[in-house]
Amino acid sequence: MTLLSLKSVTKRFGGLTAVNGLSFDLLEGETVGLLGPNGSGKTTALNMISGYLPVSDGTIALAGDAISTLRPERIAHRGVARTFQLVRALPSLSVGENVLAALAFRKEPLWGKAAETRIADLLADVGLAGRAGQPADSLTYIDLKRMELARALASDPRLLLLDEWLAGLNPTELRAGIDLITSLRQRGITILLVEHVMDAVRALCSRCIVMNAGSKIADGPTAEVLADAEVIRAYLGDDHA
Amino acid sequence: MKFVLALVALVALAFVPSFAGPYPLGLGIGVLGYGVLATAWAMFSGPTRYISLATVAFFGLGAYTVAVLSETLPYPVVLFVAAVIGLVVALIVGLATLRLAGIYFVIFTFGLTELVRQLVTYYEVNVTRTLGRYVFLPLGPEHIYWQLLALLAATLGMAYWVRQSRIGLALRVIGDDPVVASHLGIRITRTKLTLFSISCVIMTLAGAIQAPRWTYIEPSIVFNPTTSFLVVIMALLGGPNRLFGPLLGAVPLFLLFEWLSANFPNHYSIILGLLFIAIVFVLPNGVLAAGESLWTRLSRREART
Ligand SMILES: Nc1ncnc2c1ncn2[C@@H]1O[C@H](COP(=O)(O)OP(=O)(O)OP(=O)(O)O)[C@@H](O)[C@H]1O
Ligand SMILES: [Mg+2]
Repeated sequence: MTLLSLKSVTKRFGGLTAVNGLSFDLLEGETVGLLGPNGSGKTTALNMISGYLPVSDGTIALAGDAISTLRPERIAHRGVARTFQLVRALPSLSVGENVLAALAFRKEPLWGKAAETRIADLLADVGLAGRAGQPADSLTYIDLKRMELARALASDPRLLLLDEWLAGLNPTELRAGIDLITSLRQRGITILLVEHVMDAVRALCSRCIVMNAGSKIADGPTAEVLADAEVIRAYLGDDHA
Repeated sequence: MKFVLALVALVALAFVPSFAGPYPLGLGIGVLGYGVLATAWAMFSGPTRYISLATVAFFGLGAYTVAVLSETLPYPVVLFVAAVIGLVVALIVGLATLRLAGIYFVIFTFGLTELVRQLVTYYEVNVTRTLGRYVFLPLGPEHIYWQLLALLAATLGMAYWVRQSRIGLALRVIGDDPVVASHLGIRITRTKLTLFSISCVIMTLAGAIQAPRWTYIEPSIVFNPTTSFLVVIMALLGGPNRLFGPLLGAVPLFLLFEWLSANFPNHYSIILGLLFIAIVFVLPNGVLAAGESLWTRLSRREART
């Protein structure tokens, strides 16, 4: 079944077209990589899906219903959760409260005792067991990323948007991060993953979509897409093709 | 335990009028009035960091409602009408301004006070053809004191409840990062509007209850912008994100301002301004937070030696 469907989605910032007629479908349960060089429009695409930015043109549908005119809180309630390329922690809250903020305002809210147990589980899942009471602004960058993922998962999403969540991890952390995302995939969460770390893309994504200068230039099985001449040219410049 | 303690304190404070003379009782009324305003202000502005200077607009509306209606309606009904007026104005203002950020919100709320004052003046001069009004209510200072004490207790109770509740968490999330808030499913406008309205209704009631104190009411008296500034300073001094912070800020500052305005009536506003600046720069999180961090530093040093 198609979970997410983009049809000719366009985003213009003044004279700049950041995303240009982007169309693709995600099937329920798929983990798909969204690739492309810097500035190709990947984050902008995620921003339109999550409702952070309105589309200039085109439609986005979730499970058949148009969501492209909805505000972020409505889209969140339909089962879309995300992380941000530059981590957005809630600095004056504790780690546990960061996760509670998601539990308390999702479609089926959790609060009180039930929420506490769930917070402990979610934090344990991302490797932050026992850290609920710590202030969020005392965490390292990597732990902030973990916390942000726990927060996104707390919303119980059908569709998870990850914007370079693996960037900046060392090899051991990367291994753990890949395992974590694999476990999410096994739970049936559909994942759209913006990523520059190619090893992770190969390990996690059966399918990849590649953007360049706002347009889709490739879409297919990961191995084929990464071998595609146009993709290599987009990433490395003309000389290497 | 804490609840029992609060109850004991409340009962003890209720007995103050039976032994305090008129001057201390007047001070008590002032402290309670500002305590209510500062606590109500911080309920919304603490977590969101939206500095509202509209406090006195609502305070004055409350006082004016009493002045206008006290001879035609029973007192409890007048209070109720004042609360409704405060609520309606808060909803209108909230819908118009809560999308504004930072300095724009501050300036708008400041302008609002002036606007409300001008509207009331216009109405009085052109429609009712009276500028000042007399308030004759059979309410002695002890009654005003008791009513304010009850309002303060209710305000603190409300603030306590907000801190424990989902809406309080929502407001803190919004204050930290509205983008994250909306992506977690929080309805930002509704949340802000709800708490802004609660806070404004309390301010309106504080003005309504204190109206009989003046006997003579005029827009320039009850819409004095200094009140709004004082409330901000009090809340910031005590710490706007603590339950008792704003109240603890209100007590010393009210007494200090009373003394200053009695002894230095000409330099009063300069001193006020300097104090405002000092508090914002030196103690951005309030005295309590500063004291706490000093305390942890000292106890850590002790642990080391
Ligand atoms: N809010 C905005 N206002 C104006 N221009 C923007 C805005 N957001 C993105 N852009 C521009 O749109 C283009 C696409 O940016 P986007 O962040 O989507 O790229 P990206 O593929 O995520 O790149 P990166 O890999 O560096 O994260 C860039 O040229 C960027 O400068
Ligand atoms: Mg990006």
